[in-house]
Amino acid sequence: MKGRNILGEDLARMLKGGVIMDVVTAKQAVIAEKAGACAVMALERVPSDIRAQGGVARMSDPKLIKEIQKAVSIPVMAKVRIGHTAEARILEALEIDFIDESEVLTPADPFAHVEKRSFNIPFVCGATNLGEALRRINEGAAMIRTKGEAGTGNVVEAVRHLKMIKKEIADLQKMSPGQLKKWATEQRVPVDLLLKVKKAQRLPVVTFVAGGVATPADAALLMMLGAEGVFVGSGIFKSADPRRTAEAIVQATVHYNDAKKLAEVSTGLPQPMAGLEISALGSRMQERGW
Amino acid sequence: MAIGVLAFHGDFAEHLEILRTLTVTGLEVRSLDDLKKIDRLIIPGGESTVISRFLAETGVGKEIIRRVHESTLAVYGTCAGAILIARNITGKNAPRPLGLIDITIDRNAYGSQMQSFETEIIVKGIAKKLPVAFIRAPIITKVGTDVQILSMHKGHPVLVQQGRILAGTFHPEVREQFAVHKLFLRL
Repeated sequence: MKGRNILGEDLARMLKGGVIMDVVTAKQAVIAEKAGACAVMALERVPSDIRAQGGVARMSDPKLIKEIQKAVSIPVMAKVRIGHTAEARILEALEIDFIDESEVLTPADPFAHVEKRSFNIPFVCGATNLGEALRRINEGAAMIRTKGEAGTGNVVEAVRHLKMIKKEIADLQKMSPGQLKKWATEQRVPVDLLLKVKKAQRLPVVTFVAGGVATPADAALLMMLGAEGVFVGSGIFKSADPRRTAEAIVQATVHYNDAKKLAEVSTGLPQPMAGLEISALGSRMQERGW
Repeated sequence: MAIGVLAFHGDFAEHLEILRTLTVTGLEVRSLDDLKKIDRLIIPGGESTVISRFLAETGVGKEIIRRVHESTLAVYGTCAGAILIARNITGKNAPRPLGLIDITIDRNAYGSQMQSFETEIIVKGIAKKLPVAFIRAPIITKVGTDVQILSMHKGHPVLVQQGRILAGTFHPEVREQFAVHKLFLRL
């Protein structure tokens, strides 16, 4: 694959089994690092606030990003709007560790995602299915996450997207060379990339889950389904006790196969974020991007 | 006995894959029980702050120290693993070291992901040059007199050994390079 960000793919491999937490201040970043986050995502408002307050959601102020970089030793990620190459260049100049081209922010380009291959900083992108994941990888994404439905505290969409990707990869095994070629053309992805996925029976980059994770059990469920790590957005700093919630989700992500441990970390946790029914949503962030 | 790979977080699957290539049995280590089944342990790359928490909470960290002191455990740390087994760790928000090897190591000393790089290194006792990756890597800034330097890169030791403890600041496992693992299996 031409223009792969191999060093970025390597960094993603180091993050596996970890939890990446949304933070809006340097203080929150320190709490996240202490609680065991393997990286933090710097943004101005968490998804549930973006959802509630509306308005255009943009890249964070570089001032905030620099404060967060100064405060923690773990990797710092930040979000850019879909297709907003200028925001991405700004984050690159700030030397952050990973850029999230995110549907949580208001899309900037109605035609194209950022051409990621010309960047030295790796990108992580959201996907709802295999075709979308492969289009992002073909553009140069070094890591994939499910979109889920951010800011809802409802895990159902993250489960849907992870299972969808897995099912579509399984389906490739039964397809003839002709069918594979047709699928690749329809999905606008190179057939070589598709064949590589078929052979490896997985995406060629590390795959995390994101969107709606609110409890330790949510994180464990997604790990059981084959996720390689977890992004938590509003779930931590919108809970009644962020430090405890963060620690419990970190424990559940690592010990997802240990039911006793899961019971222990789930016991007596303060109120998680309230949560929203997907069918009651006015707009779905997962439908942004293509 | 199986070769353990500490499996709380990080690229432990890549190390297990290397062990499979070498046709030795690998075991994911997350508990004191797992630790009983092994006499060699690889601590993978990842975030040392995260791995450190789990070493402390599970008691696995203390047991590693005890086993190394009674000479029943060999340890190979890569990147975050090398940080954790050092005697001294410098840099922001440094985790508590296990102190298995007499080195001082500086976390994220090259800088952010922009400064991550891949290169070929020469290792004492390995005939071929090894293509490896340095990912937000630490730098070994001091080595004790009993520590042997097996590889240098740009003036810094990148692979060091003291008895049955091996510390490397680079990742051979993400380039499917098994020569350093083979060397570790001979310690």
